[in-house]
Amino acid sequence: MNSLPAASLWYTFQAIVVRELLRFFQQKSRLFSALVRPLLWLIVFAAGFRSALGLSITPPYETYILYQEYIVPGLCGMIVLFNAMQSSLSMVYDREMGSMKVLLMSPAPKAFLLFAKLCGGAILSLLQVVIFVLLAWGLDVNIPLLGLLYSIPTIFLTAFFLGSLGLILANHIKQLENFAGVMNFVIFPMFFLSSALYPLWKIQESSLYLYWLCKYNPFTFAVEMLRFSLYEQYNVELIALVSGVTLLCAFFAINTFKAKK
Amino acid sequence: MSIKISDISYKYGKKQALHNVNLELCQGFNVLLGPNGAGKSTLFSLLTAQFSIQNGSICFGGSSLHPPSRELFKKVGVVFQNTTLDLDLTVQQNLTYFAALHGIGKHTALEQLQPILSALSLMPHLNEKVRQLNQGHRRRVELARAVLHQPHYLFLDEPTVGLDVPSREAIIAYVRQLADTGVTILWTTHLLDEVQADDALVVLCDGQVLLSERCQVALQSMQKQSVLDLYQSLTKKVVQAI
Repeated sequence: MNSLPAASLWYTFQAIVVRELLRFFQQKSRLFSALVRPLLWLIVFAAGFRSALGLSITPPYETYILYQEYIVPGLCGMIVLFNAMQSSLSMVYDREMGSMKVLLMSPAPKAFLLFAKLCGGAILSLLQVVIFVLLAWGLDVNIPLLGLLYSIPTIFLTAFFLGSLGLILANHIKQLENFAGVMNFVIFPMFFLSSALYPLWKIQESSLYLYWLCKYNPFTFAVEMLRFSLYEQYNVELIALVSGVTLLCAFFAINTFKAKK
Repeated sequence: MSIKISDISYKYGKKQALHNVNLELCQGFNVLLGPNGAGKSTLFSLLTAQFSIQNGSICFGGSSLHPPSRELFKKVGVVFQNTTLDLDLTVQQNLTYFAALHGIGKHTALEQLQPILSALSLMPHLNEKVRQLNQGHRRRVELARAVLHQPHYLFLDEPTVGLDVPSREAIIAYVRQLADTGVTILWTTHLLDEVQADDALVVLCDGQVLLSERCQVALQSMQKQSVLDLYQSLTKKVVQAI
């Protein structure tokens, strides 16, 4: 049973989301680096690999595409991934500074508080992806305008999945200093062992083991789901897979989350 | 509105922090005294549900804290030992954020805050960032935040440590006023001059309750002249035993 009526829960939700946004906009370098990172990949990496990587027609594409067009969904996934990990880093900071204790003294259910935090993170992810896609248009990458609208729910779902994963990590990181380990052991393997930068069949040609790892990496599900939605299609199987992983991560995140280590 | 703590024990790994603590905190001003490492912060963390209870029970006027009911948090205000304010938000933003966490809208919160801010001389600082405030004013903001939802129980963990005299006096005076209105207050400190004769006094040392009585009664029964004598005679015994 909720300990607060709906109107009160709304105030709580609003406050947590607004605080996440305020905090983001106060750290101007965070927005800058969030955009520079994928743009560097798009401009430099894609230019270098464009001729080396041949891309066959695979769904959702109906024709041959340029490599720089191929990696845009993966880079959108990268934005959401880094934003989620940044949020989990701020959770560790909040726990060290004690603001997490204040948050968890709220009479609203803990799951609701964490859900509101995830929503704040998802809104930030959406904002960054939209800005990135707009900038990509300026670089002649053709993503359908309607595709961006189609992608709002899938970006949210990806943000919830990665945000929940971030919460689980935040619960296991005792100090801010340990966050470098998360970069090396979680973010990079998750990103590189996925279909974000190269199609799975390309990996299969090189190594079957790597192919299986990439194929069953949940981040691959999310990237492929984003790829379909950016081209105005919903792949129900991928949405179901990402939803399943999200529920699992959210369950563990909520049940293991503590204000204090 | 008393708090009943029964048979509470707590361990950090193999280290026993609290041994079978039995206490009753009544309405009014309760002071928890003890040297460093006595278990005060552990008890505080248990009372504020930061730690889960391992053994025993804690009841807030009949409602058990095991498992912690979110409903109970409506009635509890806390000032933690370290600053937990968001330094880059203004005083008003910090306070309205906390109010919203308790389901209170901005306008209602600001109305409720008026007398509190006036009493704590915080009105001129409402739009200043917390980072710009001195330690004393930050502490006052934390106190204002802890009481803005009109809690029945108020816990303060060493709220006056490191403050100058005016800030200390302002905080103590305000909290004592609240105690007179029937709020159950637990004031954790190791500053003996903050204890008054009619306060309920709890002395904790090495995880055990050495005394739980009205200060005046304890002074008379143990034939001590001051709180310092009383405290030293109690804690020395334990230190010698260790």
